[in-house]
Amino acid sequence: MMRHTISALVENKPGVLARCSGLFARRGFNIDSLAVSITENPEVSRMILTVSGDDQTLDQICKQLQKLVDVIAVFDHTEDATVERELCLCRVKVDRESRSEVIEICNIFRGEIVDVGENALMVEVTGDEEKIDAFVKVLSDYGIEELVRTGKILLVRGSQAT
Amino acid sequence: MATEEMTGADVLLKVFEEEEVEVLFGIPGGVTIPIFDKLYHKTEAGEIRFILTRHEQGGAHAADGYARATGRVGVCTATSGPGALNLVTGLCTAYMDSVPVVAITGQVKTAAIGTDAFQEADTTGTTMPITKHNYLVKDPAELAHVVREAFFVARSGRPGPVLIDLPADVSAGPGVWTEGDMSNLRGYRPPEKGDPEAIAQAAAMIGQGERPVLYIGGGVIAAGASDLVKELAEKTNIYVVHTLLGKGGFPESHPLSLGMPGMHGVVPACYALRDAGLMITVGARFDDRVTGDLSKFAQGAQIIHIDIDPAEHNKVVRPDVAIAGDAREVLAQLVPQVQARQPGKWEEQLQQWREQYPLRYNQPEEGIAPQYVVEQIYEVTGGQAIVTTEVGQNQMWAAQYYKVDKPRHFLSSGGLGTMGYGFPAAIGAQVGCPDAVVWDIAGDGSIQMNIQELATAVINKLPVKVAILNNSYLGMVRQWQELFYDRRYSGVDLSGNPDFARVAEAYGAVGIKVEAPEDVRPAIEKAMEVDDRPVFIDFAVAKEENVFPMIPAGKSADDIVMSQPN
Repeated sequence: MMRHTISALVENKPGVLARCSGLFARRGFNIDSLAVSITENPEVSRMILTVSGDDQTLDQICKQLQKLVDVIAVFDHTEDATVERELCLCRVKVDRESRSEVIEICNIFRGEIVDVGENALMVEVTGDEEKIDAFVKVLSDYGIEELVRTGKILLVRGSQAT
Repeated sequence: MATEEMTGADVLLKVFEEEEVEVLFGIPGGVTIPIFDKLYHKTEAGEIRFILTRHEQGGAHAADGYARATGRVGVCTATSGPGALNLVTGLCTAYMDSVPVVAITGQVKTAAIGTDAFQEADTTGTTMPITKHNYLVKDPAELAHVVREAFFVARSGRPGPVLIDLPADVSAGPGVWTEGDMSNLRGYRPPEKGDPEAIAQAAAMIGQGERPVLYIGGGVIAAGASDLVKELAEKTNIYVVHTLLGKGGFPESHPLSLGMPGMHGVVPACYALRDAGLMITVGARFDDRVTGDLSKFAQGAQIIHIDIDPAEHNKVVRPDVAIAGDAREVLAQLVPQVQARQPGKWEEQLQQWREQYPLRYNQPEEGIAPQYVVEQIYEVTGGQAIVTTEVGQNQMWAAQYYKVDKPRHFLSSGGLGTMGYGFPAAIGAQVGCPDAVVWDIAGDGSIQMNIQELATAVINKLPVKVAILNNSYLGMVRQWQELFYDRRYSGVDLSGNPDFARVAEAYGAVGIKVEAPEDVRPAIEKAMEVDDRPVFIDFAVAKEENVFPMIPAGKSADDIVMSQPN
């Protein structure tokens, strides 16, 4: 099962997300992550999703999405050179001894301490999926109290339009 | 610009006028009164017809039957909440079979949406997965172009139902008339002509391919491509099999027609698909009722798949050449490029199978053979009637024994398999084609699912003829229980059915009861003489007659059961 990243330009109208997510559910497509955001054009939103599946599943997801009247265009980025980012917020348990270690790890990952509590630090880090996975793995040794991650967003490198 | 005179309802009806809507099926309700108030003047003036059905489902199926029979967009309407939800089965039926229908539903006032108001339901949310597209119009300025778009989307590309949900304040409030533009449809680009390279490749494959078969579906009829399919078949001497929805896409009386393959298809058509070396698929989607076990389906075949919906390519079967385009446009390019071809050994084999395995049935010891009833209807109508069916055994016997030569003459719920479809669809077809002879071939189970439409047919003087193949069972389920569940007949006994002839008479229709084979034909002839009201004929058919041939679910053409096992 391969991971694929797809982006779709959709009309910025109520109900469009429901149309897309309803389609995924009904056709049994497994969506690993989904991010929806505004774009440079206020009438258009961009959806970026990562999915697992074989080539036929990917082909069906793209074609079925494209069939929706409110979906303007669909792109498969599996082969593209892209810049990909996720954002992660994480509250880690700390005590006097571990506090500085966590700050150090955070610096290595170019993260930021965004909130300081008596027994915990909240850290923010951005990066591609692998980096965030690695970051979370390292911090898990200290005890993660809460964690939240966004879906992946991306743009294609160079001057090519995504 | 809002004008004082025009309301939202006026805008709606003015676009109807643009779209040349001649008839609307359905039922009014609280929040659609503003529309019906404006409709009043139009119906009084004879500009548009409103057919009041007795259930919204009947309205949706009637619009569907109208659309399938005429090729135009069928229009139905219902009020908010229960009214709109009663359309759901009809809309899904149209969606699965790619039928152009526009549904107008009322909605509670915009300010009340989301408050669980009286008769409020999330109609757009509910119908999202069963419509091609839907709209909730909150801004009166959007109404005109939404209605225009709805008709355009419903009929273009792969046709389908489109629903417009109209809050009461938008239809009653000041209307805004805007001239037509489709600029909001930038994401909607159905393919039309097909890729010329792929078409050339397909032509070359047809020139070289061994053991070719044309496999056609409802897309041929939707695209109006029947004449081109005939040209292609005759030029190349390639035999044609058709799906249930493709019935009439190629004349069944034509020497090159092999009939319908699949679960209850005829043997030569099943074997032709099994052994084909080249499958030229036009407007068909490899439904499981056609393919059976996919691992054994057309293993040796190269596949050309012509379909207007690119998502059908590679959904079930991976084609060697996929052509996304309108069947008519694609065939118009393909046919001149294809070389003429003489029949050979393969065609001899097909011919031999056809002679070896004709459709047949035995005379039952008790009761009338249901197949005989369909044969007699075929003979009396000269094969010229528009035939609708319900779903189950009646549908399969109709498909097997009523041969259709023309498109838009066989209307059946193929994809969704909706019992209760046939009678209201026949009403819609009769409204659209007033001079046609329309027969609904029904079962005693199915007919009771929309029997209330007798009132609609009587009041509108529609001479629809309904042949009820009455075996006092939900026959198809009983058949499966007999063959695969050791005759444990569970939940299928319909004994205690009403006297259908008397039910018909109570509504003001003609009712006939037939209990002996020799009375079958006279009853059909008598029904043909009635031209001002519907006729119900209740045929007491053999109770445990089965539909054969049959390929059990999930099996292949090798497992075909030709006749009743002993």
